[in-house]
Amino acid sequence: MLFWQILIDGFAISSLYALGATGFALIFGVSGVLNLSHGALMVAAVVAAWAAGNDLHVGPYAGAALGVVVGLAASLLTYFLIVRPLQSSRKIRQEEKEIFILTATLLWGIMIQELIAYFYTNNAKTVAPIVQGVVSLAGVRTPSNEIFTAVVCWLVIGVLWLLVNRTRAGKAVLAASMNPRGVTLLGIELSQVYIAVWAIYGVLVGVAGVLLGMFLGVSSYSVGPLTASAFSIVVLGGLGSVSGALIAAYVVGYLETLTAYLISPAYRTIPALLLLVAVMYVRPRGLLGRR
Amino acid sequence: MKRPDGRVVITPTLLALSATLSATVALTLATPASAQSTDPIKIGVIAEAQAVAGASIPQAAQLAADEINAKGGVNGRKIEIVSYDNHSSAAESVRAFQRAANEDHVNAVIASYISEVVLALEPWTGRLKTVMVTPGAASDVITQNIAKDYDNLKYTFHGYLTSTSLAEQVCSAAQDLLVKDLHMKTAVVMSEDAAWTTPLDAEYVKCLPQIGLKVLDHIRVSPDFTPIYNKIEGEKPDVMITGISHVGVQPTVQWKQQEVPIPMLGISSQATNSSFWNDTNGAVEGVLYQGVSGPDVAVTPKTLPFVSAFKQKYGNFPSYCGYTAYDEVYYIADAISRAGSTDSDKLVDAMEKTDYVGTIGRVQFKGKDSPNPHALKVGPDTITGLMLQWQDGKQVNLWPAGVANGKLKFPKFIKVGSAD
Repeated sequence: MLFWQILIDGFAISSLYALGATGFALIFGVSGVLNLSHGALMVAAVVAAWAAGNDLHVGPYAGAALGVVVGLAASLLTYFLIVRPLQSSRKIRQEEKEIFILTATLLWGIMIQELIAYFYTNNAKTVAPIVQGVVSLAGVRTPSNEIFTAVVCWLVIGVLWLLVNRTRAGKAVLAASMNPRGVTLLGIELSQVYIAVWAIYGVLVGVAGVLLGMFLGVSSYSVGPLTASAFSIVVLGGLGSVSGALIAAYVVGYLETLTAYLISPAYRTIPALLLLVAVMYVRPRGLLGRR
Repeated sequence: MKRPDGRVVITPTLLALSATLSATVALTLATPASAQSTDPIKIGVIAEAQAVAGASIPQAAQLAADEINAKGGVNGRKIEIVSYDNHSSAAESVRAFQRAANEDHVNAVIASYISEVVLALEPWTGRLKTVMVTPGAASDVITQNIAKDYDNLKYTFHGYLTSTSLAEQVCSAAQDLLVKDLHMKTAVVMSEDAAWTTPLDAEYVKCLPQIGLKVLDHIRVSPDFTPIYNKIEGEKPDVMITGISHVGVQPTVQWKQQEVPIPMLGISSQATNSSFWNDTNGAVEGVLYQGVSGPDVAVTPKTLPFVSAFKQKYGNFPSYCGYTAYDEVYYIADAISRAGSTDSDKLVDAMEKTDYVGTIGRVQFKGKDSPNPHALKVGPDTITGLMLQWQDGKQVNLWPAGVANGKLKFPKFIKVGSAD
């Protein structure tokens, strides 16, 4: 019974982590940007979906769709307003750009967080779930929403895989993550690849945010922890490696769930952080890191 | 440009950033200038303006000040509210308090609904000799500190119920609603891990057995409730007695999503907010929570006029600390009037003699010799509190019977009495 509970609960939360971290890993892999406004973009999507339901009185599907659209818009805005001007600036030395982008996305995230708190308070919001009720899985009363979350996460990750491996544009993205210079030599505009990646990232952030909003709910306080969790999963998996991030998401998700059930929910995040520290010592490039 | 060790470069940046952000503000300990008799009386309001509960504090205080000023003020002096947003941070609250006392020369401060914040401010009330009343913090430690160091900390007043009083009210309500009416026998105490719940839980564990509810377990919780609910369900209690405030949304939503078949009754601070139904998309249906006020509940003749004036001015209902902040401006003004002075020591003397019927009951403070000096007196003659339940998007009062406006009703997934 306990075994099944941990298995089912851990799977749902891990799938959500996987989706959240995939986009984060993709952006780093392709453009070398560590986007520290990640959590803020997710929360923006959740609050938009919530506000659509409560202020505009639309149904759960339309609300969720609006949340994803806002995630996409916020991601593109982050790219065009924050990241791209710094990337193309001639006033900043090339080797310092990474730090500038890191700081800028962090501050951008704080700005979004404060705006959300100002207009929508810092109280937590939940998105109206698309599916309700519970089903019995191996004797465990499981909220249908948990199953829905896991299924949607894997559908989206599957579509992403097809996109990257089976389409021309996707292959360009993959190539750019391996060798940006080589891609430009093939006549592919690197900035087009970046826009495509930020758009994909925006959709992933939107979907992950809305699902999280249905599952647990978030507040403006969640911005920091969400960024931190994506960041540690990606570091654990190996910076820039999407498949590493997927594996790491399940390692972290199950480690947390095991801790919550077998030790105490109060210590849920500690073992994962200890593991991260251990990986830093033993294998600094992460589980599947290429560099 | 990518670096093999992208994460290594972060550390100095973040360090530099946090160093900038945490740059300390130098203090100037100036003596407050003595106010002229025609100058306005200034009341500082330090509150969590971005939180639903905290946002009502400055609004309600302003409403009270406007009303008093419209009637001519206090001995001819107007009341001026000076607001500070503390962003729910103790450090920012302390800076705001210093500024209020030293720069803005306020005569009294109304501060915060977070116990940790009020505990951080408490020593400053003595250092800066400035009267402070909290409209919403609950920890008993606030008033226990006054007992230990009265001369220094006598400037602090607890304008909301202490955790112990809250637990006592929950027990009284549970005795009528759960033990007498539903014949419940067992309970699990489930509280969030925070300063205010330590005395709350201690009192729960003491008073629940006295009313006939055996405490099967006592759980301090964190944001993830799924494992907790599974554990509690295994223990088969009749009811979960709650102590949740800051984490309000998650336990409520998970309770509904998992369809945990055990009712919840106790403190759920965010459930007192009229917006909580929307924030949880209705997951709060059936939750029982203690309150000092509720829509359409005429606790005193002043309650409903306050609610309608607040609604008219701000477009929403006041949070629980809106009621107390509103009353606090009135009884601070009353104390200044009786003291005939804004001198802090004279004001403390006058505040201690407060006997004021406000929106949540009759306000009197416990005396210097009590283990909790300056805590509100509670009971049938002063403040009884209420036990409300969310039903179909509305907050319905069930207890005490004299002011009840509805009957207990649970959602379908709750199985009353099936546990034993």
